Amino acid sequence: MKSLADLEAIRKKTLDKINLRVENGEEIRIVVGMATCGIAAGARPVMSAFHDEIQKRSLSNIQVVQTGCIGMCKYEPIVEVYVPGQEKVTYTHMTADKAVQVVAEHIVNNHPVVQYTIGNQ
Amino acid sequence: MKEISLHILDIAQNSISAGASRIQIIIDEQIKNNLLKIVIEDNGHGIEKGLLEKITDPFTTTRTTRKVGLGIPLFKEAAEEAGGYFSIKSQAGVGTIVEAVFRYHHIDRQPLGDMAQTMAILILGNSKIDFIYLHKREDSEFTLETTQIRKILGDTVSLDNIDVITWIKDFIKEGLCKIGAHEL
Repeated sequence: MKSLADLEAIRKKTLDKINLRVENGEEIRIVVGMATCGIAAGARPVMSAFHDEIQKRSLSNIQVVQTGCIGMCKYEPIVEVYVPGQEKVTYTHMTADKAVQVVAEHIVNNHPVVQYTIGNQ
Repeated sequence: MKEISLHILDIAQNSISAGASRIQIIIDEQIKNNLLKIVIEDNGHGIEKGLLEKITDPFTTTRTTRKVGLGIPLFKEAAEEAGGYFSIKSQAGVGTIVEAVFRYHHIDRQPLGDMAQTMAILILGNSKIDFIYLHKREDSEFTLETTQIRKILGDTVSLDNIDVITWIKDFIKEGLCKIGAHEL
């Protein structure tokens, strides 16, 4: 049973973690295309999958955000991954399963999943 | 779009692009009246009269990447195919109200789908916007207001915190279940 009291618990737990966050500073950004083309192609489960996987692995310093039309509608769902200090990686035709792989291989182990990137599918 | 909840996610993106700080989503299931009403209201910069008149035309769009904008025409078509209607009202500088009404039991009415996921995604990607989700089903109702959640979290914990988003998703699922609004 979800109650507002659960939020208080989350607040306390996060305040304990907060010092670590400030020290690390830079965040990894995962940008999911969420225009009409993206949503119709299946962007919603992709964004959900990123969120769920990040939570499962208790990863911090990651921001999952949305963006509008990127202009390459036939490649949607598109996900752009920005790791500080590295070039942006653009993934195309994403699915929830591929999102899980991207978190494991690219986000955690720093190996972009080349076969899912633009021009490689 | 296969579900009405995906149309709602899509139209809400327009509200976000319009710089809205407050987006209200109302779902009204009037089963006895055979109506399903969806209202998406925002306080964004609104649509000026000239653009508003042709906004349901698929070749009208504000985006520069392509010459078509299908979000609104697709939602309108979905409502009309289900024996309903669509309206969009706006005032520049004030905001916009999109309303789509469907005949509840119409054979071609799309399912409402996963509203918990739609709301979780909207809040996760736009944690500075105030969202109000009100879901009425005959005499029962469920409400989610992000302002209420922010009050409890205080200033240091953001709405897009991973655990908060999970809580929101589960809270909505449970709340909708309680009023009998399982995925329809």
